[in-house]
Amino acid sequence: MFDLPKIPLAHWIDAFVAWISHFEGFFYVITNALGGIINAIQWVFDLLPIPVFILAVIALTWWLTRHERKLGLLVFELLGFLYIWNQGFWRDMTQTLTLVLTASLLAIIIGVPLGLWAAMNRTVARIVKPLMDFMQTMPAFVYLIPAVALFGIGMVPGVVASVIFAMPPTVRMTQLGIQQVSGELIEAADSFGATRWQRLTKVQLPGALSTIMAGINQSMMLALSMVVIASMIGAMGLGTQVYFAVGRNEAGSGFAAGLAIVILAIILDRITQAMNHKQH
Amino acid sequence: MTTKVEVKNLTKIFGKHVAKAQTMLENGHTKQEILVATEATVGVDRANFAVEDGEIFVIMGLSGSGKSTTIRMLNRLIKPTSGSVLIDGEDIATMTKAQLQAVRRQKMSMVFQSFALLPNRTVQQNTEFGLEIQGVSKSERAAKAQKALAMVGLGEYASQYHDQLSGGMQQRVGLARAFANDPEVLLMDEAFSALDPLNRREMQDELLDLQANLHKTIIFISHDLNEALHIGDHILIMKDGEIVQIGTPEEILSNPADDYVERFIEGVDRSQVYTAGNVMVRATTVNVEKAGPRLAARRMRDNEISSLYAIDSERHLLGIIDAKDVRQAIDQHQEDIRPLVKDIVPTTTIDTPLADLMDAVSSTPVPYAVVDERHRLQGIIIRGAVLGALSGNEVNVNV
Repeated sequence: MFDLPKIPLAHWIDAFVAWISHFEGFFYVITNALGGIINAIQWVFDLLPIPVFILAVIALTWWLTRHERKLGLLVFELLGFLYIWNQGFWRDMTQTLTLVLTASLLAIIIGVPLGLWAAMNRTVARIVKPLMDFMQTMPAFVYLIPAVALFGIGMVPGVVASVIFAMPPTVRMTQLGIQQVSGELIEAADSFGATRWQRLTKVQLPGALSTIMAGINQSMMLALSMVVIASMIGAMGLGTQVYFAVGRNEAGSGFAAGLAIVILAIILDRITQAMNHKQH
Repeated sequence: MTTKVEVKNLTKIFGKHVAKAQTMLENGHTKQEILVATEATVGVDRANFAVEDGEIFVIMGLSGSGKSTTIRMLNRLIKPTSGSVLIDGEDIATMTKAQLQAVRRQKMSMVFQSFALLPNRTVQQNTEFGLEIQGVSKSERAAKAQKALAMVGLGEYASQYHDQLSGGMQQRVGLARAFANDPEVLLMDEAFSALDPLNRREMQDELLDLQANLHKTIIFISHDLNEALHIGDHILIMKDGEIVQIGTPEEILSNPADDYVERFIEGVDRSQVYTAGNVMVRATTVNVEKAGPRLAARRMRDNEISSLYAIDSERHLLGIIDAKDVRQAIDQHQEDIRPLVKDIVPTTTIDTPLADLMDAVSSTPVPYAVVDERHRLQGIIIRGAVLGALSGNEVNVNV
């Protein structure tokens, strides 16, 4: 083993990143587009007075769960948000929310069509599967390095790294959901003369919707788990507070910020689950 | 009757080396040989049949017989390897995608074994599905769906979801969805097989009722011979991808083509298929307007029976005459036997199913007389003939 020269994999990847960096214009456009989305969402959150924001989320939750009467969840949301406000984490929380929502949105925009394609084409499925395994198991820190090289410092590389890490469940669950739609339903659509598009939109997507929603929920949770890591490359938010606490060796403030992340995670999880249950 | 659907040399081979398998098939090799040589499975082997306009045509066979593949080739859910499917003379097998879509939208609808209803839609929305695909306007499709639902007796359930309905009701929605398109040809793939026996029977009868008004061409897949015999105008029996026999229910029962069909019909409830006309035998009669007691007595003696069916010159059934009364008349030198006629004969008609007669036939002392609409005697039903027909032994007496 020691006689063999070391395979210069690291060198090759460096060379690849350096080469891909030449497409500056391309990455500039993407960075600006993502920056635009992030700023727009953040602008809305900054505009809303805190009590209005809290009431809006509670009202949304109440409407989504109105058939189940989950009073406990509404109380939890109220207390949770009051805690975040009280601790002075409000702006951090909205920044984290922006990061998670943008990453989830991208995961849906890229992941759902990719999952559809994989469900309908075996070759694509065979390529996508190991790619998703790779994306999900590669330590998320590793994505940070090229992300900075290509997108600079700030929220945008944070979102990009989060999307790569968080997208696999959406792709997989979309593929699974579409493949689980019963063969007879597909035959029924075909036998009535449906086009491929009609079959997709009227039969396959509605049939797969709850599975796809479960995947999106998972993606969102994974994106949230990326916030501390993303804060290392300048993505602001609750993660930054945790990261700083680690640097200053302050267990207390670390927990305080970590608890805020947990609260946000529970609220996001319950709301997306409620959206899923709501269908009919 | 005109031919609506004609199938010529329809073949389906599944697997990789289809061309080679097909050549082997044409050269007379068996399916087993083909499977070994090419790893291809012959699903349907050169099927030929014709379905008449407005009839119910049942394709039946056990699982693996190729019946599901056959029906799916009729609307090209499965593309035939070779052969043609002519609907009104147009070949489904070779038409373009656009033409096929048009035929599926306008001419044929399908009803599925496990209903294939969309779970996210109400009964009404499910019924509208085919019309929605065609791009029919919202108001028109609502009206047509309402009409179709009313037809199957589900008008009240339009806003429900199908998981709130029983199996029989769900399949009614499946039927309504198919009828809403007003297709000329209806393909029913084991449509009632998922229902319990009572429900199945009810749906079969309902289908027959609907068909009496609609006169669609219905091609119905079944593995249940009783079902096939009950609803089919013609029955096609398949085995291992080949057609074994095509015929009317009575032809199948009375002249099974081979052992396979014979084994199939062993378990059949014949009482549902046979009618009084199938089992009646010739009655020994006497025309009371012409004959006297001596002729009557002689006829009884010749036929070794103790009573005669009394008729008039137009063969109208009058009743029965006993040997005892005839002898008395001879003793008393009475020439007219008309007063001897006892009007105690139970009657039935030619198309009464045996099932309806079974109890009556076994409890009456005088055999049933079969009469036509003008009360003319056609024959009589004796117990032995009924039992014979039901056991399958003497089925070709009157068919």
